[in-house]
This record gives sequence, structure tokens and C-alpha cells, in this order.
Amino acid sequence: MSTVQVSAARGSGPDAGGSTGWQRVRALARMELTLLMRNRSAAFVALLLPLVMVGSSYSSSRLIDLDDTSLSRADAVLTGGIGSVLLIVVYLGVLPVYVTRREERVLKRLRAGELRDLEILAGAALPSVVLALAQCVVLVTAGTLLLDVRAPASPLVLLLGVLLGVVLLSALALATAGLTRTVESAQITGTPLLFISLFGSGLTVPLEVFPDRVASFLELLPVTGVMRLVSGGWLGGLSAGELISAVAGALAWTVLSVLAVRRWFYWEPRR
Amino acid sequence: MTENVIEVNGLRRRYGDHEAVRGLDFTVRRGEVFALLGTNGAGKTSTVELLEGLAPADGGQVRVLGHDPYLDRFAVRPRIGLMLQEGGFPAELTVGETARMWAGCTTRARPVVESLSLVGLGRRADVRVKQLSGGERRRLDLALALTGRPEVLFLDEPTTGFDPQARRDAWELVRVLRDEGVTVLLTTHYLEEAEELADQLAIMNEGRIVVSGTPAEVMAEQPARIRFGLPAGVPIGALPVPAVAGEGGRVLVETREMQRSLTELLLWARDQGIELAALDARSATLEEVFLGIAARGNESVREVVA
Repeated sequence: MSTVQVSAARGSGPDAGGSTGWQRVRALARMELTLLMRNRSAAFVALLLPLVMVGSSYSSSRLIDLDDTSLSRADAVLTGGIGSVLLIVVYLGVLPVYVTRREERVLKRLRAGELRDLEILAGAALPSVVLALAQCVVLVTAGTLLLDVRAPASPLVLLLGVLLGVVLLSALALATAGLTRTVESAQITGTPLLFISLFGSGLTVPLEVFPDRVASFLELLPVTGVMRLVSGGWLGGLSAGELISAVAGALAWTVLSVLAVRRWFYWEPRR
Repeated sequence: MTENVIEVNGLRRRYGDHEAVRGLDFTVRRGEVFALLGTNGAGKTSTVELLEGLAPADGGQVRVLGHDPYLDRFAVRPRIGLMLQEGGFPAELTVGETARMWAGCTTRARPVVESLSLVGLGRRADVRVKQLSGGERRRLDLALALTGRPEVLFLDEPTTGFDPQARRDAWELVRVLRDEGVTVLLTTHYLEEAEELADQLAIMNEGRIVVSGTPAEVMAEQPARIRFGLPAGVPIGALPVPAVAGEGGRVLVETREMQRSLTELLLWARDQGIELAALDARSATLEEVFLGIAARGNESVREVVA
């Protein structure tokens, strides 16, 4: 079994020095990417489902009466597309990863090593987050070049919306994982937020088409603030007050999600 | 070589109303192999998890390499290696990918090929974890524990599920590590494993250490046994040593001085012209000590401090 020198003198060799946080997150993210590509249904959800959604909502968007709004079909579909990417790739992508790794006791094993808790969570989410960001770039580029949507009016606001969306939906995924006992049920526990957001936060149906009282309630939903920033950042027309209230909404939901994570999330299977 | 690498004082751990660890005291010196034995539920894993810093103690003190392993875990972890009782590897990853991931998260990681070949998994690098046997999974776990060239190695039931050859190989590896100065704390319910490897051992029962010391000291706790058959008509009372009727009509002599009792018995038998049928004399084994403790349960728990 061993003729190798098993425990070399400490601190010797070119690899002396501690492992860094970034190295650890990268090692973990690499593992997660390998696993994602090896899991056909997860890879389909991460890579193709958003495209299918954007395509089908484009073809069905003629059903929605946009006359009262200043939106074109492509505008509505593409800003909604960014929301779909965030929801599907980040939220629905990361949720089963957290649940599966917990139930496989991988999280417990990782916590027994040098990794910090936040590094474990970040490393597990990183491949999905990077894929989602790449798809957002594709949507903006394709919309601007091919579908005649204007170039983003305030790219920084759009970027802020996407980044807040990534953080918020990762935190929501983690909180939902705390309420999900098994890998199988992760497919169900993620659906309430998915549907509430798809239909109530301006992803598929612009809030402008709802009666005012309904719309002002929908403003309070978790993803609405992020969607306001995305569409305002891309299409313009967001007043300073609207910008602040959108950011405040997104931040408030992020804080709530983190509190929910602290309360509900657990690191190893409950027997 | 007398530096204490692990120091435990009055250690306690509870789960709700149940107190799993009830005041442990022991020390492990650098380069020593220390085995923690006990029946299932005796508190071995609960104890090891406290030493590994996976959970905080509910009472008492633990020091590993001079630090609190829970509060100072990021100072301690780069210097220890640990093997959990249950794997925790993604099933779809290969052995090599798993080891590479772990190496990426570890200070001064040895090359993946080296870690795997130390445990005899060098040729299994491309196999998915889900296709490994139970014993191979334990070996993968051991490879990860060795990745960071640890000063202290915690092995929780390291050879469960190993075939006999793999077990011998693992023992040899532990000896090599010890000879290089690595301190090893292991739990096991293979008594042979403890006899083979341990410099010091402690037997736990219901959250306490009942007996501890070197294997020889612990075995000396239990009397040696001499068994034989007497011809019909010879009463037990005629024997020169205290004896009782044992199983199968045989006579049982329990003694702490086997050589003397045996000499007296054999001289007596020669003088009387009696043949002692199926004579059998043996020292206590660790197994007898262990079973004795398990049978006694909590009645006469003696706390022996190492």
C-alpha cells in the first residue's frame, strides 16, 4: 500500500502556505459544474429551459394587450426573459443542489474541512450563477442586435438589478432548501415562488395591465423590485423615487431571505 | 516526544435530555495511536466529533494542538485529517474528481495520485463513487483525511467494510504514519484492530471511560482462565486452587497469576496421577475485557483516569 513518504515535513515544497478562500470556492464550483453537466435534467433546466420559455412567451405574447403600456412585444418578452433566467437557472438550479448535497452529507463533509460556511454556499451556487449571467448577456445582446430592442438605457441599473437578483434568488433558494426534506420534493417546493413571480412580478404579464390596487400589491412580491430594476435599466423611464423603492424592495427581501436561512436552513439530513 | 497533542478534561456532550458524553478525561501524546472502544451508543462518535471541532462541548475542555478545536477550528483544521463515519461524497463524481476537489480545499495538499495510491485506490481514479464498494469508500475517505499531511489523524471506525487484506494494509499505513510522528485517534469495534495498533486505549460505556491504559494493562484487568475436565469421582474441592464448575461439565479456574496456578495444578495432577482432560489455559483477551464491561453495564462502573 505505501512505500511513499507519507507525511512530508510541514511547510515544505512549492505548495507551502494555506489554501485561500478563492481557491476553495473554485475547487467546489468546478465539482458542481462537473455534476451539473452529468445530470441531464439539471443541465436541460440550466441551459435550454430559459430559451424555451423566452421563445414560447414571445410567440404567446400577442395574447396580452399591451396597448395601455408603452411596451413592445420584444421589450416585454426580453426583460421578462432576464427574470426567467434568474428564476429558473439561479433559483430552481441552486435549490436542488443545496438539498442534494445536504442529503448526501456532502455539506457536512465539507464543513469538516477548511472551508467556511459562506464558501461552501457560494461554491455550490457559482456554476448556476455564472450560467445565468452569461444567458443575461446573450439576451441583451440578441435583443439589441437581432430584435430591434434599444440598447440598455442605464446599463448600471440593469446590472444592479441582475446582481441583486442573483443574490436574492440564491438566498431564497437556500431558505427554500431549509423547508425541503428530500431531493424529490425540491421539484415541488420551488414552484410557489416560481409561479408567483412569473405571473405577479412582471415577468410574463407587465404590471401595468393590472388594476392599480392589484398592481400595488404585486409591487410587494419578492422579485418585483428586481424586475423593476431590470426593465427600468434596459428600457429607461425609471424615476429616482421608483429606483429607490425598487432597490429597497429587493434589499428588504434579501434581508428577509437571509433571516429565513438562519432560521430554517440545516446542514445535514434530519433523521 | 512527550508533548500532549490532545488534552481532554471533564468533557461532556448532551442531546436534549440524553447525556452522551459524561465527563471524559484523557490525553494523547504526539506520535501515539489512541483507540477509543465501546459498544454502539457508548459515546465514541459523539466524543470524536468534539475533538474534531464539529460541535461545541456542553461541558469540560478539549485542546487539540493547543487550541480549542471548535472555537479555533480554522487554526486547527489545516493540521488535522479526519475520516467521518459516513462518506459524504457526490455519487456521480469519480474518485479522482472527489480527491481533486478536496485537495483544492486543503492547505499543503499532497498530489491526488499520491493520496489515492496511499490507500490503494490509485487504479480506481476514473470510477464513479457510486460504483465503489463500502470498503473502497472508506479508503477514499482515508485518502482525503491524508490529503493535508496531517499532524493528527481522527479515524472514526476506519476499517468498517474492509476485506481482510485491505484491513491489514490500512493497519500497516497507520503504523507507517505513527512512525513518522503522526498522532492517531481511532474508534473501532474491531478489538483485534485496537490490539494491533493502539499504544493506549480506552473503553467507553454509557458516556464514560470505564477502563484505560496500554492494551497489556487493560487485559491485565481481567483474570486468565484455565479450563479442564476432571475424572468422575474427583471433587472440585480437592483441587489445590479455587475453581468452579464451568460449562459442559468442565472445571473453570480464574486467576490473575496464570503461571503459578497452572504449576500448582499440574504438579497436583501428577502427584495424584490424574489426567486433566482437554486442558486449556489462556490470558484474558481484549474481547473478554470488552464483553465483561458490556455485560456489567453501568452497575460497577469504575472511572479510571489515564
